[in-house]
Amino acid sequence: MLLTRKAEFSASHVCASPSLSDQENRALYGLAANPNGHGHNYVLEVTVEGETDPVTGMVFDLRELKEILNREVVEPMDHRFLNREVPPFDRVVPTTENLAAEIWKRLESPINRPGVKLRNVRVYETSDLYVDYGGETCV
Amino acid sequence: MRLTRRYRFSASHRLDVPGFSKEENQRLFGKCNNPHGHGHDYVLDVTLEGSPDKSGQIVSRPALDELISGRVLNRFEHKNLNIDVPEMAGVVPTTENLASAIRDVIAREWSFPARLDRVRISETARNIFELEA
Repeated sequence: MLLTRKAEFSASHVCASPSLSDQENRALYGLAANPNGHGHNYVLEVTVEGETDPVTGMVFDLRELKEILNREVVEPMDHRFLNREVPPFDRVVPTTENLAAEIWKRLESPINRPGVKLRNVRVYETSDLYVDYGGETCV
Repeated sequence: MRLTRRYRFSASHRLDVPGFSKEENQRLFGKCNNPHGHGHDYVLDVTLEGSPDKSGQIVSRPALDELISGRVLNRFEHKNLNIDVPEMAGVVPTTENLASAIRDVIAREWSFPARLDRVRISETARNIFELEA
């Protein structure tokens, strides 16, 4: 059984690599390279896989899942400038790809337990762009 | 890791099989057989699969937009699919055939290390077609 919980947070970021020129960053990241930053209303969908507990009828306690998402993602990232305030984005470009991978890293251990595992992290940067990450190794 | 980006375009069409009688076409396609045609605001979701490169991206957004908007959807944007689009010549411009045509043009123009995973196109919010690439 798959269970998906949604959370929202708003944050600003700059997508630019310090080793590249302004012109190169602009070509690579477009408007997102504006050095002063810009923001998004991010939407996070976290999917957990597990068996339904025969007693409680639940795969995962939604209240606990909400607390985990709040503690690991929403509280540290909501209304923050990701590059300046949320490591590792002081040294990792906060693209939606890197954000999805970081959120996976933060959620995997609090969620995984016998019979339950984190299955997918989907991060919407806008309603027109999202990234899915299932924990696979990226080379 | 997969990245999905959404695009929009508008086009007109008429669904009609030339070999069928007027009555057969009417029965098969209903309102979509209106001889004067009609149009839709299509929504296209393009999904890529790959690993982020040094820039932290599976694909550069400006580069993807240039390909999809500038080299693919420009062929379909504000066109009559029965008349104006060579890629649709000889086929009934259903959204199934449109999805295949768009997938083929994207595949032809593709120049990224990431893999084109799928295209998903909605004709209206109620009719959605998805095709693995």
